[in-house]
Amino acid sequence: MNQRTVVVISAGLSQPSSTRLLADQLAAATVEAAAKQGLQVTTTFVELRDLAHDIANNLLTGFPPAALKEAADAVAAADAVIAVSPIFTASYSGLFKSFIDVLDKDTLAGKPVLIAATAGTARHSLALEHALRPLFAYLHAVVIPTSVFAATDDFGADSADGTLRSRITRAADELARELERRDPVSVIDPFALTVNFEDLLKH
Amino acid sequence: MQFGIFSVSDITTDPTTGRTPSERERIKDIVTIAKHAEEVGLDVFALGEHHNEPFFSSSPTTTLGYIAGQTDKLLLSTATTLITTNDPVKIAEDFAMLQHLSDGRVDLMLGRGNTGPVYPWFGKDIRAGIPLAIENYSLLHQLWREQVVDWQGKFRTPLQSFTSTPRPLDEVPPFVWHGSIRSPEIAEQAAYYGDGFFANHIFWPASHTQRMIALYRERFAHYGHGDPDQAIVGLGGQVFMRKNSQDAVNEFRPYFDNAPVYGHGPSLEDFTRETPLTVGSPQQVIDRTLGFRDYVGDYQRQLFLLDHAGLPLKTVLEQLDLLGGEVVPVLRKEFAALKPAHVPDAPTHASLLAARNAAENASEEVSA
Repeated sequence: MNQRTVVVISAGLSQPSSTRLLADQLAAATVEAAAKQGLQVTTTFVELRDLAHDIANNLLTGFPPAALKEAADAVAAADAVIAVSPIFTASYSGLFKSFIDVLDKDTLAGKPVLIAATAGTARHSLALEHALRPLFAYLHAVVIPTSVFAATDDFGADSADGTLRSRITRAADELARELERRDPVSVIDPFALTVNFEDLLKH
Repeated sequence: MQFGIFSVSDITTDPTTGRTPSERERIKDIVTIAKHAEEVGLDVFALGEHHNEPFFSSSPTTTLGYIAGQTDKLLLSTATTLITTNDPVKIAEDFAMLQHLSDGRVDLMLGRGNTGPVYPWFGKDIRAGIPLAIENYSLLHQLWREQVVDWQGKFRTPLQSFTSTPRPLDEVPPFVWHGSIRSPEIAEQAAYYGDGFFANHIFWPASHTQRMIALYRERFAHYGHGDPDQAIVGLGGQVFMRKNSQDAVNEFRPYFDNAPVYGHGPSLEDFTRETPLTVGSPQQVIDRTLGFRDYVGDYQRQLFLLDHAGLPLKTVLEQLDLLGGEVVPVLRKEFAALKPAHVPDAPTHASLLAARNAAENASEEVSA
């Protein structure tokens, strides 16, 4: 079976976190959907709460501490990303954005990204379309068409087979198809020379 | 091996007293610091170039010329000279001038700068940072080696029949180091010319510095300048010392916590772990510094950052006493004992002149 890796970024702050709960469901659904495409997906979770101080320090010093470096490298090496943020005051959380800000600028270029968000009520659902989608579009990520929003109510007993479940399945299927039709990611070594010096001298 | 200090020339409020030195005071202090570096037996004093507050050093050759007049042995250098926004013709002239006045006690380190608006302030485009560094240095290299230069490039007005004056002392150009934190193209540039490569080192994890130096060494050999371990490597370092290491930590912490570059960010302990910063006893500094060799190999120049973040002059001079009195003598001995004979020292005016004369004698013998 072909191997692929998916990094799941979860920006929930409380523990337990409904953002993490949604992230877990998206990851499991993606593994399942990818298996149907003949792909074995390994998921790696990046919990931004654990990296909050490192992210602030990176913003101030310009370099990532070891644990953050490991997370950023995992994102760069991933075949796809599932990015889940709580919606705070009409947008992604500041911590979520700060993590995206400290990634090297081409990290997400060409990478399939499934965007998802949580909030107290469904009134915040379009933040996915007016905040997360343009953010990843700017970074040249391939944002899959279905985004997944979960309000607190969606975790209620009545919703187990309801809309949330169907959106998760649809988004996971779309992400799995993107994984299937792409070659595995190869990471560019930042220290590798891409040009010959004589050519640089000639412009 | 050469040991010295480098200054970024910041004027920073002392967080323990709330006092900010005047520009005049800080500029005079830097001269005192440089003179004391010579008095305690250090080899190199290097000064940065900035064009914005809170830094005073916009004109390093002026300061270095003044220091040259008051010192005898100290090698004067920069950290860094902006190869992107300065006119290479002016760099050629200024540093040749300084060579004559200081009897050859000059080299320089080229960098691209760390303040974005400096580019537009000097009429340049920051997106062309690397091409500017490459073209400008190519011209600088030529101006110091050819009497009459005809030149045309992309970033500067062409030159016809131009001779940069004064000529380099004894027609030997100052040795050049190329400094970069994260651009492999600059390591490549240093390797291409057989120049030195200086890793700032102090703001990044060691693993990063290790990769940059390894690239430079490999490419130095690729371009036929010698074996990888014969490349000329310099490293930055950052220390604060007291006899008793806990005293050093207690005294330095408020300066660290409020420092312009990393203040209000990582803890002193985190930063000490992640970067080469060493705060403790002279012995701890010796041990940590000797450890740099483990990941960059035998190297030629070690510069320490001592005067920054609002540390008062008296403290900086005490740091110099400890560095020159207790640390550097041990490091000299230990590094020398470890260094194989085929690894060269950093070039100086005297060694470059001797090498040039030897090469000329050899070619005369061949033609005779």
